[in-house]
Amino acid sequence: MSAGRLSVPIGERDHAAGPADAPVTLVEYGDYECPHCARAHPVVARVRESLGSTLRFVFRHFPLTEVHPHAEHAAEAAESAAARGRFWEMHDSIYAHQRDGLEDDDLAEYAAALGLDAGEMLAEIEDEAHIERVKADFMGGVRSGVNGTPTFFVNGVRFDGDWTDAGAFAAALRDAAAGAGRR
Amino acid sequence: MSPAAPHHAVLLAPGTPAPDFTLHATPDQTLSLEEFRGRAVILAFYPADWSAVCGDQMALYNQILPEFRKLGAELLGISVDGVWCHAAYAAEKHIHFPLLADFEPKGAVARQYGAYREQDGYCERALFVIDAEGVIRWSYCSPVGVNPGADGILEALEGLQTTGAGAAS
Repeated sequence: MSAGRLSVPIGERDHAAGPADAPVTLVEYGDYECPHCARAHPVVARVRESLGSTLRFVFRHFPLTEVHPHAEHAAEAAESAAARGRFWEMHDSIYAHQRDGLEDDDLAEYAAALGLDAGEMLAEIEDEAHIERVKADFMGGVRSGVNGTPTFFVNGVRFDGDWTDAGAFAAALRDAAAGAGRR
Repeated sequence: MSPAAPHHAVLLAPGTPAPDFTLHATPDQTLSLEEFRGRAVILAFYPADWSAVCGDQMALYNQILPEFRKLGAELLGISVDGVWCHAAYAAEKHIHFPLLADFEPKGAVARQYGAYREQDGYCERALFVIDAEGVIRWSYCSPVGVNPGADGILEALEGLQTTGAGAAS
């Protein structure tokens, strides 16, 4: 509702893929149980491939747990993997398997398939070891006016264009890259 | 909302005493604004129960409720839906704050706040932050199809706290 600006700058804690000095930074606020986010996931993958090193992609958690009861544990599972340097693999795996189930047993299975210790992961979820981190992402999103998922920010500005088509999305990001280059 | 329909009701502005009201929260329970004196209140007028899915405004506020309460505020949702509709919606979406039925006479409270859409027969997507003394301190009207998020509400509540006009401590 405000100016549609990202209020929490990209920092050390963020999950970022791509060069820090890339001309375009795309931030996604997403929920692992949200069907729209699952739809966006392969689109973002194609966009990342298309833009290569001109894009840095950052994912932040925005689990709407009242409507998506498995979203928070899924986010904590991804954080557990992140603590072992494996965030993106777990992130990809959760979205790929969203429709197969996101119960704790399912998350454990996806973690094990990546060679992670599923027992440790479940224990961390049980102990709420990563819950503060997930909540911090969520509240940062709220402060930036995130009102649903997925919400994207391109170079700190909310993106309200069409993200469903990879070609159009990539073109919008290239425009942002060109704009950044001119500054 | 179509761009050809620029009509917007004019919301009551900051500084205006919030008109009191008594509305049904459940089939056998009513709530009055006055009962909340001494605490900040967020009034969220919205067009209808059941109108959206993941990006649903009430689901988002439901999730942020602990933050609102941390800032000393109570949240009340208001639409022209009847009590039974609200009850079913609240149960389905696990809504943890009161949904008030501005049902009979239809939209009477929304009209008092300038938050009624005559042409459509339902409420605007309008937000009010009311301080502990019952004075409107912030208001915002979003396009009907746009979920306004919660950043504006949080900023307004923090504003109350710094000026000492929020929740009586």
